[in-house]
Amino acid sequence: MSTTMLINLSYTVAAVLFIFGLKYLGSPATARRGNAISALGMLLAVVVTLLDQAIIDYRWILLGVLIGTAVGAFAARLVAMTAMPEMVALFNGFGGIASLMVGWVALAQPRLSSFILLTIFLSILIGGVTFTGSLVAWGKLSEKLPGRPILFHGQRLVNGALLLANFACGAMFVLHPEQHLWLYLAVALSSILGVMTVIPIGGADMPVIISLLNSYSGLAACAAGFAINNNILIVAGSLVGASGIILTNIMCKAMNRTLGNVLFSGFGAVDEAGGKIEGEVTALSAEDAYYVLEAAQSVVVIPGYGMAVAQAQHVVKELQQILEKNGCEVIYAIHPVAGRMPGHMNVLLAEADVPYDLLLEMDDINPRMEAFDVAIVIGANDVVNPAARETPGSPIYGMPIINADYARTVFVLKRSMASGFAGLDNPLFYRKNARMIFGDAKETLGRLVREFSN
Amino acid sequence: MDLVYLSFILILSIFLGFELIQKVPATLHTPLMSGANAISGITLVGALIGAGGQGSTLTVVLGTMAVAFATINVVGGYLVTDRMLAMFKKKTTEK
Repeated sequence: MSTTMLINLSYTVAAVLFIFGLKYLGSPATARRGNAISALGMLLAVVVTLLDQAIIDYRWILLGVLIGTAVGAFAARLVAMTAMPEMVALFNGFGGIASLMVGWVALAQPRLSSFILLTIFLSILIGGVTFTGSLVAWGKLSEKLPGRPILFHGQRLVNGALLLANFACGAMFVLHPEQHLWLYLAVALSSILGVMTVIPIGGADMPVIISLLNSYSGLAACAAGFAINNNILIVAGSLVGASGIILTNIMCKAMNRTLGNVLFSGFGAVDEAGGKIEGEVTALSAEDAYYVLEAAQSVVVIPGYGMAVAQAQHVVKELQQILEKNGCEVIYAIHPVAGRMPGHMNVLLAEADVPYDLLLEMDDINPRMEAFDVAIVIGANDVVNPAARETPGSPIYGMPIINADYARTVFVLKRSMASGFAGLDNPLFYRKNARMIFGDAKETLGRLVREFSN
Repeated sequence: MDLVYLSFILILSIFLGFELIQKVPATLHTPLMSGANAISGITLVGALIGAGGQGSTLTVVLGTMAVAFATINVVGGYLVTDRMLAMFKKKTTEK
């Protein structure tokens, strides 16, 4: 059996391992094993590639692998669970730049057909966009850059022109591969495009853009696979590409927006359309909230990004245990876009040891909402905004929300009356059954827990 | 022929990906994303050939950097996913 054949057979096995890995990721009980299986597939693919006869010098590979392993392992161990979105964004960007470089290296192959040149260009384009786009996303998520959308006049025009320039550059690159100018221009233009695509995206839209960049990193690997004629890159890359697209789609649906709308219009441009909100805001002290909770039979907790910011997940779990001891049922309601990436809240609550079967999705909780004595909204705003249901002029009208206002009493834990990301006032706060508990969510919950132990 | 055959693989994998991922529950979306992200580090395989090949200094440098970046993606991605998944626990049966 020739080495090439051995390598390709092993790639097939690796592809099967990736597929089973993803399949097992479909259930919390088997997910950890799934991840290990997928990692095994990766190990196999990497090890057999080292047998390739084109590889004659292992020193540089060793250097690269050592650096990468050290940095990767270190980062993975140290990152806080609340910082997970930016970590994923950063890793994603590294995948993108690697694909860009693989495309660039592929240019050194002898006999390049136009098709290969096109795929090289695509891996540079998608890899570059993924890299700089992910870096900007990382900056926004870790608050090194302002999280609000950065908009300027004529932005769409500029981005459209940039995209056209990219394609033109691609055409020149394929026609004149011997002129290095086009290569450098392709790298530069794709990097600029990545930055320009992500800067108009605001914090609450991050789940969409992270999913999309995730998909891009797969597609970049896929393009690189065509460029170097390697089938495992194509298989693995397109699996990731498909997965990212599905997540993007789920996130967009959860916000009732199209992908185009997320990408091309900074949110919040349409305000003042909701009309006046009737009623008054009623504030409540933690001590008074305690009396209500003590009498409650069922409580639903609705967490949002504010819970992550306040690092309140552990004290939420404490409160849950105390309430349960008190004979009260506690359920968590998770909106698909709560937080900054898909499933963000689930990971935080899992970190605090909340069993995942207590976490219900929006569609499962809404029909039961009337039956709950208390809904506690922790650092969530737009995902419980009844304007989405009731005010046709509102920019978020039509977005599926968790109907917190249907519960008998709603506690809203909030720092101040500042509006949510969308810049909208939330009629929920003015409802008769709503009580605002102002202050840091973690402190408020801590006070509630202490009241119970007294 | 190569082109046809590779495109064939591409199309089938995309469909397979759609089928596989559609079934993943919302609670696992973050680990799914970071796990998938680790898989996209497969570009490491391509980078190895660049870093270890007999190309010019430029290709070796680019290849080595690509190996380092892709390895961060792979190692970091899998480890962080594992760390997250280790935290997911089912409610223990009635106390």
